[in-house]
Amino acid sequence: MKDSQGPLWEVFVQKKAGQPFVHCGSLHAYDKEMAIENARDLYTRRSEGSALWVVPAAAIVASSPEDAGSFFEPSNDKVYRHPTFYQIPEGVKYI
Amino acid sequence: MDNVVDVEKNFNSKLEKNDFVEPKDWMPENYRKHLIRQISQHAHSEIIGMLPEGNWISRAPSLRSKIVLLAKVQDEGGHGLYLYTAAETLGASRDELLGALHTGKAKYSSIFNYPTLTWADIGAVGWLVDGAAIMNQVMLQRTSYGPYSRAMIRICKEESFHQRQGYEIMCRLCFGTEEQKEMAQDALNRWWFPTMMMFGPPDKDSPNSEQAIKWRIKRETNDELRQKFVDRTVAQVEFLGLTIPDKNLKWNETKKGYDFSEPDWSEFYSVIKGNGPCNKERLEARNKAHSDGAWVREAAIAYAEKKKENILAA
Ligand SMILES: [Fe+2]
Ligand SMILES: [Fe+2]
Repeated sequence: MKDSQGPLWEVFVQKKAGQPFVHCGSLHAYDKEMAIENARDLYTRRSEGSALWVVPAAAIVASSPEDAGSFFEPSNDKVYRHPTFYQIPEGVKYI
Repeated sequence: MDNVVDVEKNFNSKLEKNDFVEPKDWMPENYRKHLIRQISQHAHSEIIGMLPEGNWISRAPSLRSKIVLLAKVQDEGGHGLYLYTAAETLGASRDELLGALHTGKAKYSSIFNYPTLTWADIGAVGWLVDGAAIMNQVMLQRTSYGPYSRAMIRICKEESFHQRQGYEIMCRLCFGTEEQKEMAQDALNRWWFPTMMMFGPPDKDSPNSEQAIKWRIKRETNDELRQKFVDRTVAQVEFLGLTIPDKNLKWNETKKGYDFSEPDWSEFYSVIKGNGPCNKERLEARNKAHSDGAWVREAAIAYAEKKKENILAA
């Protein structure tokens, strides 16, 4: 959307090294530097993170919720992908 | 492609299951409109709310109170931004939303049209106004629209110091000199009823709110929230040794809650219409901040364009 506020960016925060980056919200900024600085000021005022990603919202490709059923369907009938599908005789340990 | 009946059924079943509605989900046009209006009004309230408190930053009585107030006002600015982006996920643009605020077309909470006359008002605002806002916002953490709910969860985390710093100011004044205590009582006298108005008109006069409850945008009614607020606040007032300016305030054993007077709703409607003590000042200050910042936005756009060219040239 054309706006005097600059393009929209999505912000992802990593709490501690090693943890996943989690989406926390979005913001407007005119360029990358401003986006990352705004993200720091807006989303990590209380040391919520140790690393940040900002991504132009326009670059994100999202699955569509209406098609979620058929889109994710292939994994629904594959119970054999879970460990509980397999029977291990009693007494066998560490498996 | 699903037909309209199916998507509507899907939407309703989401509400029934307390699932969240996300930006790309199908939703009734009126649900979308209601949310854009409510979330943007909420955002406007956050940033207009910076003004009455900002009024005291330069005159805070100590360095400690100054950094606390600065941090609080900065938080409110952040709350506005979280909420604007939540409203934008529904297809509204920031310029459109700000334009509606600046021309007076959009509303914001009537409470911010009252002046902060003394330092005690900063205590009363943090304690009562943020207290009332928190009550509303805690409920909204469970609102049905995902981005609104997530913004509320962040906001509630940050709010927790806002109310406490206000009550701390009240404590200092109430356990200080006689004069300071009088100042605190005066602030309570002026802020009590405007705070009660923050929950909105009585349920019987609030047709929008019934629909909002059906859509699970709101989870509790105006009157329920107001009652809860009074029930929780009375003991805090008593601890300070202050008196709530309401002769009808009385414990009611059968309902296990307080009876109290309704605020003057004609005052509420008149303030909303623009006739509060500070409506004009607030709108002027906001418009001035926005137009004074125009050159910054223009320069930032120009700079971003220039850098884009450089990348292409390299
Ligand atoms: Fe806030
Ligand atoms: Fe607050």
